[in-house]
Amino acid sequence: MSDAKTSSVAGSPNAIPASKEVTRRDFLNEITMGALGIAGLGSVAVTYQYFSPNVLFEPSTTFRAGNPDLYPVHSVTFLQDQQVYIVRLPEGFYAVSAVCTHLGCITQWKPDVDMIACPCHGSKFHPDGVKIEGPAPRPLPHFSISLTADGELLVDKLQIIKPSQVLKV
Amino acid sequence: MATSFQSALQNLRETKVWKSIFRRGPANTNRTRSLAIFGNLFLHWMPVKVREKSLRVRASYYLGSISFILFIVLFVTGILLMFYYHPAAPNAYRDMKDLQFVVSNGVFLRNLHRLAAHLMVFAVFWHMFHVFYRGGYKPPHEFNWVVGVVLLLVTLFLSYTGYLLPWDQLAFWAVTVGTNIISAMPFIGNKVRFLLLGGNIVGENALLRFYVLHVVILPLAAFVLIGIHFWRVQKDGGLTVKPKDEDGKE
Repeated sequence: MSDAKTSSVAGSPNAIPASKEVTRRDFLNEITMGALGIAGLGSVAVTYQYFSPNVLFEPSTTFRAGNPDLYPVHSVTFLQDQQVYIVRLPEGFYAVSAVCTHLGCITQWKPDVDMIACPCHGSKFHPDGVKIEGPAPRPLPHFSISLTADGELLVDKLQIIKPSQVLKV
Repeated sequence: MATSFQSALQNLRETKVWKSIFRRGPANTNRTRSLAIFGNLFLHWMPVKVREKSLRVRASYYLGSISFILFIVLFVTGILLMFYYHPAAPNAYRDMKDLQFVVSNGVFLRNLHRLAAHLMVFAVFWHMFHVFYRGGYKPPHEFNWVVGVVLLLVTLFLSYTGYLLPWDQLAFWAVTVGTNIISAMPFIGNKVRFLLLGGNIVGENALLRFYVLHVVILPLAAFVLIGIHFWRVQKDGGLTVKPKDEDGKE
């Protein structure tokens, strides 16, 4: 095996010539392969752009949650369409996401045990989003909440704020 | 009856049309039998000769063939289902329900597609375990083992993309959960999820993308890989046959 290998290398007619001169053919080959490589990378880039939609027909992430008087003090209200809990405590309002941080199921508010529970894999949260137990890795995030000029609550689901920030009305 | 059928077949083989298609006479010698395999597009990558023991049930349990037959069943029923299915948001669920309750034999085809899909995942996994415990991944079969693992992944992706198409609650939440698993990938997870769904939520774009993956891209990949897989079985020397297959003992 090894004998055959050595002899084939020694007697190879395609042995590389000693000079390292770049022939015209080598030069043109490299230029062509380089151009094809750049064109290939470019087509990957434009294909990636093509697959990333520029306009999304998805529901708005900002919504009005109505007049603050709708929510009694010490209440947790689930807004089904928006998948957000509006929580009102004596110190003010905050908006907590209802989407479980584990795998995105919609949690439910359980008033009798005073906690938010996920039906999919059993994660449990306090009404302020802090995790009690379960596979969820993070607490439920708080969304930016403010008042519009005409006095309604406005929630922006793209802006996540610190849990310590509450809206005083 | 049998003799008249055979003589009719013999006469057919003597006709000019038959000879122009198959380019040879009846396969009655080893040479013409080999040529019958080599000269046929659908058979040319099959072995001309096989060891008898490799055809015994216990040598393979025909798991690869069963997987392939299920794939063909899925291919045919899937194409038939496509004649009634629109991959768009209000239509998809209604079309699925129409197939169940309105279209003649629609429920049969839909259930056949669904059952064959479940069975194919089962058969492909069993095939993998059998090959693994037989040592069928060992040289010279390493490359074909890797092709087989990719085929397993293609099968699972086909199952997963097909799962969204009924557009019911089960489909929606399965894909919501599954794509959130994808977004847990470090650095690129959210981007991959966005590209796969064509947005941030499981909506119309996601349905269309999963549909295209399910009916074009993944089946095409599966066909190419299956072709390589079968061809390599022959090139690597046929099925792995253990000594216990020869005399029925260890």
